[in-house]
Amino acid sequence: MELRYSDDDEAFRAELRTWLDAALADLAPQPPRDAWDERRKWDTDWQRRLFDAGYAGLHWPKEYGGRGASPTEQLIFYEETARARAPYVGVNFVGTLHAGPTLIEEGTDEQKRDHLPKILRGDEVWCQGFSEPGAGSDLASLRTRAERDGDHYVLNGQKIWCSFGQVADVGEFLVRTDPDAPKHKGISWLILPMDLPGIEVRPLRTVLGSSEFAEVFLTDVRVPVANRVGAENDGWRVTNVTLKYERGTAFVSELVDAMRLCEDLARVSMEEPLAAELGHCVAEFDALWSLTKRNVSQAARGTTGAGAMVIKLAYSEARQRFGELCLRVLGRDGLHIDDNELVEERLRTLSLTIAAGASQIQRNIIGERLLGLPREPRTLN
Amino acid sequence: MDLDLSDDQVALRDGIASMLAARVPMDRVRSGFDRALAAELADAGVFTLRRDGFAWADAVVVFEQLGRACVPGPLVDSTLLGDGRSACLVSDQEPIWIECLDAVDVLVVWRAAGLECVVPGAVTADTSPWPLDPATPMARARSLPAGVPLDLGRDIRELVVAGAALTAAYQLGLADRVAEMAVAYARERVQFDRPIGSFQAIKHICADMLVRTEVARAAVYAAGAHLDERATLPGVERSVNGAKLLAGEAAIANGKAATQVYGGMGYTWEVDVHLYLKRAWLLDTRFGSVDRHAADLADVVRGRR
Repeated sequence: MELRYSDDDEAFRAELRTWLDAALADLAPQPPRDAWDERRKWDTDWQRRLFDAGYAGLHWPKEYGGRGASPTEQLIFYEETARARAPYVGVNFVGTLHAGPTLIEEGTDEQKRDHLPKILRGDEVWCQGFSEPGAGSDLASLRTRAERDGDHYVLNGQKIWCSFGQVADVGEFLVRTDPDAPKHKGISWLILPMDLPGIEVRPLRTVLGSSEFAEVFLTDVRVPVANRVGAENDGWRVTNVTLKYERGTAFVSELVDAMRLCEDLARVSMEEPLAAELGHCVAEFDALWSLTKRNVSQAARGTTGAGAMVIKLAYSEARQRFGELCLRVLGRDGLHIDDNELVEERLRTLSLTIAAGASQIQRNIIGERLLGLPREPRTLN
Repeated sequence: MDLDLSDDQVALRDGIASMLAARVPMDRVRSGFDRALAAELADAGVFTLRRDGFAWADAVVVFEQLGRACVPGPLVDSTLLGDGRSACLVSDQEPIWIECLDAVDVLVVWRAAGLECVVPGAVTADTSPWPLDPATPMARARSLPAGVPLDLGRDIRELVVAGAALTAAYQLGLADRVAEMAVAYARERVQFDRPIGSFQAIKHICADMLVRTEVARAAVYAAGAHLDERATLPGVERSVNGAKLLAGEAAIANGKAATQVYGGMGYTWEVDVHLYLKRAWLLDTRFGSVDRHAADLADVVRGRR
């Protein structure tokens, strides 16, 4: 075991740092939260600069235009970009981290050619259409229907929690192609151009007062069958292949950010019992950072530990406790949100234990897959 | 950068685990620390890890296994002394409670002026008839006789930081093993015609035990590696604060959670869970408690340390 990075890794860090210093010097100010057209431009401009410098698609294979970086280099990249306060992935999130890797694994040559270069250059923004009002934790029960009509599917249904739906050119959508099959076996994965007739996007207002989420309503939307990724009714498996791209580095930026917020909160005067709780938060974030490194070490060695499954649950709960601590420390100074990052933190962290697998679902998964406990007695259906 | 065990560390871990499985089964744990056990541990090299060339990161791996086996005795103190003798490290500040006074070779007394070696037989102390941890006899002294100055060639604070890291590793082992016991029980115990581990109420308790253990393990391994690299990497105290805090908390929380999973059986003397929980409580009083380390970390992040 050692904490020191190799000389090669440190060289990568130094080169990246030099580039970041120069790139951030003339970065335009971040647009307001709800100015979606400006936000899209700001995020995709940054993506283009990453592309030009050779940092786009860091974890994508080289043959698809990525950098093919090692897990340790990815760790360093997220660490340095977060420390330098470089723009976060923003509207490029779904394309670079989810849809792109899915196309690399499962797409046809034509699908790859049509989309991968555009995603890397920031020319194409993706959104996600997975969840539905009736399909949250039980995602596989989704009901948006895709009926075959010649060489098209006709889509009808409703999606919710579509990240960046307001500004997306394309969406990755899960639809039901066989309503009679068992729920996991009748789903297909589609590339949905968001300008097709019959698609209505409505921004979703969250507890923050705004958000990157949207609801998407689909009424007789005709999508070419050629837009299907993977085999018909094999969409559930297709959605899961991207998981292998996530080598436990998913929360690196967030952890660096959490540590920065701890330092911000530490500057506010507080009673000693609250200070001790802050100390506790520091211990947890430091440990999760070490756990991330442990995941990366294990990935580099080709082994997998419990870390990747543990980190989502532990991180979201720890960060939520930190958010609550922020409000307790601020007292009545915490009653206004405007430019008060620590208050916004409390609101935003409410979502962490719900999004991308609620904590209760994560505990089921850990209990059953890692600890080998028996499954819950089968529910109806 | 590598926070996974090396091949050598895996061999070390497995070697110590099989030695402990053979020589220190739970009935021996229950009978407590004695000179025979001390001699066997010394013979296995536990007390001379550093002298024998092992890194702190290796020592951490060994202490995790000692914790898993719930091996009784002042093992961390003996390893810090590092010359093969069994030792109990005790401060001269009231209240003076000494662990395993009748079984250790030497008492290392920490005074404001420095460390001293005291012959255990020279200490007047009242032995508790009923210690919290039944495997760890506790004796209370009102004062400690003068001893011979001890120079370990290191600053005492440095010694305490290392002691906290090794204790954290032991607590990690406690947390890990007691979680494993609870999960095994949840798989086999049947109520309402089903294994209780199939119910989410129990499953989620078990999942939380695993999460606490894995987070603590990352902190403990990082602290061990940091001790080895302290000359080039600042902030070892912060690493150790976090490790002792999280491992201490994991050992106590998992002990309590396991008691709950075992139900009535968890409240019996017969089931081993209480031995793990009591050891966890005992060790939280050594080298800084959860609360002490949280306060220290608060000072670190506020720039006061």
